[in-house]
Amino acid sequence: MASVEESTKAPEAGESGHRGGPVRWLPLIAIGLVSSLLGIALGVLIDWFPVQASAQADDIDTLWDVLVVASVPMFVLVQTVVLYSVYKWRMRPGEEGLDGPPIHGNTRLEIIWTALPAILLVSLVSYAYVVLTDIEEAQAGSMKVRVVGEQFLWTYYYPSPEGGGKEVAADQLYLPVGKQVEFEIQSKDVIHDFWVPAFRMKVDAVRGITTRYRADPDRVGDYPVVCAELCGLGHATMRSTVHVMDPAEFDRWFATQVQEAKESQ
Amino acid sequence: MTHSSVMRVPGLVRGAWATLLGIAVSAALTVAIRAAYGYDPLFDGEAITIVSLVTAPLFFLVGIGAFSEWFYWAGGKPTRPEDHSSHGAHSWKDYFKVNTDHKVIGIQYVVTSFFFMLVGGLLAMMVRAELAAPGSQFVDSNAYNGLFSVHASLMIFLFIIPVFAGLANYVLPLMIGAPDMAFPRLNALSFWMLPVAGTMMTLSFFAPGGSFATGWTAYAPLSTEVPLGQMFFTVGVQFAGASSIATALNFLVTIITMRAPGMSFWRMPLLVWANFSTSLLVVIATPFIAASQFFVLLDYGLGFNFFVPEDSGDVLMYQHVFWFYSHPAVYIMMLPGFGIVSEILAVKARKPVFGYRMMAFSLLAIVLLGFTVWAHHMFVSGMQSWIRVPMMVTTAIIAVPTGIKIFSWLATLWRGVLNVDTPMLWALGFLTMFTLGGISGVMLAMIPLTIHVSDTYFIVAHIHYVLFGGSLFTIFAGVYYWFPKMTGRMFDQTLGKVHFWLTFVAFNATFAPMHLIGVQGMPRRVADYPEQFATWNLVISLASFVLGLSTLIFVYNMVASWRGGPRAGSNPWRALTLEWQVSSPPPIFNFDAVPTVVGGPYEYGVPGAVHGVFKPAGHPAEAEPAPQEGRARQPAGAVAAGSTDREQ
Repeated sequence: MASVEESTKAPEAGESGHRGGPVRWLPLIAIGLVSSLLGIALGVLIDWFPVQASAQADDIDTLWDVLVVASVPMFVLVQTVVLYSVYKWRMRPGEEGLDGPPIHGNTRLEIIWTALPAILLVSLVSYAYVVLTDIEEAQAGSMKVRVVGEQFLWTYYYPSPEGGGKEVAADQLYLPVGKQVEFEIQSKDVIHDFWVPAFRMKVDAVRGITTRYRADPDRVGDYPVVCAELCGLGHATMRSTVHVMDPAEFDRWFATQVQEAKESQ
Repeated sequence: MTHSSVMRVPGLVRGAWATLLGIAVSAALTVAIRAAYGYDPLFDGEAITIVSLVTAPLFFLVGIGAFSEWFYWAGGKPTRPEDHSSHGAHSWKDYFKVNTDHKVIGIQYVVTSFFFMLVGGLLAMMVRAELAAPGSQFVDSNAYNGLFSVHASLMIFLFIIPVFAGLANYVLPLMIGAPDMAFPRLNALSFWMLPVAGTMMTLSFFAPGGSFATGWTAYAPLSTEVPLGQMFFTVGVQFAGASSIATALNFLVTIITMRAPGMSFWRMPLLVWANFSTSLLVVIATPFIAASQFFVLLDYGLGFNFFVPEDSGDVLMYQHVFWFYSHPAVYIMMLPGFGIVSEILAVKARKPVFGYRMMAFSLLAIVLLGFTVWAHHMFVSGMQSWIRVPMMVTTAIIAVPTGIKIFSWLATLWRGVLNVDTPMLWALGFLTMFTLGGISGVMLAMIPLTIHVSDTYFIVAHIHYVLFGGSLFTIFAGVYYWFPKMTGRMFDQTLGKVHFWLTFVAFNATFAPMHLIGVQGMPRRVADYPEQFATWNLVISLASFVLGLSTLIFVYNMVASWRGGPRAGSNPWRALTLEWQVSSPPPIFNFDAVPTVVGGPYEYGVPGAVHGVFKPAGHPAEAEPAPQEGRARQPAGAVAAGSTDREQ
């Protein structure tokens, strides 16, 4: 470990140590604090996310705000030191032959800037872990929808009330509001990714395995479904819509689908 | 020289006809094997192309003379002691030949990489032109997917990775007081594999069905089912990777065995430490991307089933093998830049690098941790879910050594005498921009957030803040910093500063808004997008054209200054490290007398301090006993003031 080797005894350093006078900490810290507050305000006020339509969205958007609040002061700290150093200790005419003070290190400082970020990071990770378990938690009475991706469309399969593994297919996604849905995602060909930005949730559709996630739709409306994994020529157009409806309306829609499926058999 | 001898001497002409011969041999071999198996048709253009992609480059390398010595040995001919006839460059033509001089190879590397950077940049302009408005502008979606795929592949495999290898090739032997790299012929071979890889990737646009269009990640099974252009990536990466590995071995051996007397590990400049760490990463990780692409090659060309789940294949396996290289590759593309910045900040702030040892240790910590985070690229891949949490923890923790470096650089600036010229501006620009890239990196470690933003423009913003604001800023810093040493000329400082400010502003205008549209829900790798993202995309496209144009200032400055800039002295920056103690450009064998290292590399402000001394003739420095390795750095005041030849 480097030890404290700050020396003010070196001849030319004795002079350069006082270049521009002592560091004025108070205004410096004030500027840093004000900039941080402004940055945080800006970061929180910007309308970053699409509309929230699931319980997961709420959790994830809050995590984002926490990350912004933690990040801005870090960024401001680096900027402030860089700009202040350039402002205060920039080489001025006549100083071309000058050297700075030979400061090699400072053990206490180095321990601080190793430990503090580590503590901050571990706290953020712990919080993220809590959010993760929260958004993946299973609720009682959830429904299942099988989502199948292929180049370049999505198909949704609902378990048929007839049972026996029969399914009712739909080319758009219909969900009742207020009921957890568990998606089982599959692919017929290459990798796709089933993303509902309004739910904030996505997972790859991978040939050969079934992937899953849960979402708790909590807002009625129509939202885009997007393929987020490059899947070939039609990747950009591999979109569909999720209709989050009142439960009664959903039941009517579903009954019609079941009826149509029977008639087409 | 007669016509027939031009054909026979090693060089580009022989390389050209050897390449054609290679294609002919590949065709004959393919037809013969197809005949033996009774395949129809006998003459299959696709099969011949794939075999040629692997074979013809080897013929080319033999043709230009990269393997000549190997054949002397294999043929039992008397091995010729190196006569250094291919050392040094006496005319521009020598840069187009196999040359074993690390300084020539360094320039070959840097110029070649920048050539491919301009090609890759042009492709990026075309991507942005297509994205300037929703809907289809001038390319179809296949061509569009090709544009961004080739852009990324060239920038990563043909620019950032090799340009760092090129800069280090030039300055690293000088910095450690060595006459050359440990294996000069291997060095030449490493370089010549690069144009092979770059040409192959660029030529893919002429393949039937268009260029490879699966991104630089080339995820299977998409990459095993697309047209032939994909193979130009799959095979091209093998040559770029082999080049990387050979260079890294060369660096490791050079650094371990060829340091000047007195240069213990703890007296090595941080650029040397950085390349030591990078080379460890390359040697361990790069074989994994080679494997991943061989799997694709075998699935594609020979009907293997690595990625066919119906035949016991495993689709996710590709991503694990790929990212086990490609995450460390992020550090391969950043650690050398860390080294460059440490050199520049110390010299331009006239202070020792703050916490030198922690700087070196944090490099090694990043090497170690870099191998434990790869699956954070796969948080939404559908892999087993338990592995996500440990990968989140390691990913967050790797920010600690990176933070140590940032804070130590800041402390290096503190109370210095800051000469804010062109290299320093780029180094300071790196500090600010890389911090942003690091912060979005920490955000991306958080699984719940990544579930939403993975595969969006937030990722595009993050990687450009890391690789452009991070790596490329350090590359510009390094090129400006060592330009006087490499060319013996001074560049135009005013143009350099204009280049910086224009790039800095345009860079932020281009990539900062991408964070926002990514979080708002715009996926990456799409040729078309909903109307709601139109305004920002237009802004981004316009800014990106300014960004592209700003590069021309750099190109002009470099070319004009190289041709007619004012002569540079041996040590225009008043630096202590050894490369500045020899003439600019250095003599063919670097040092007329072997230097002896007597102190640390950054003792600025320590009265009378020197890093290396040149013993007077008659006292060969080789006879000096090498000091103990790992010995504690001497207190500043105790550094032997053996020489006062420091330029003031």
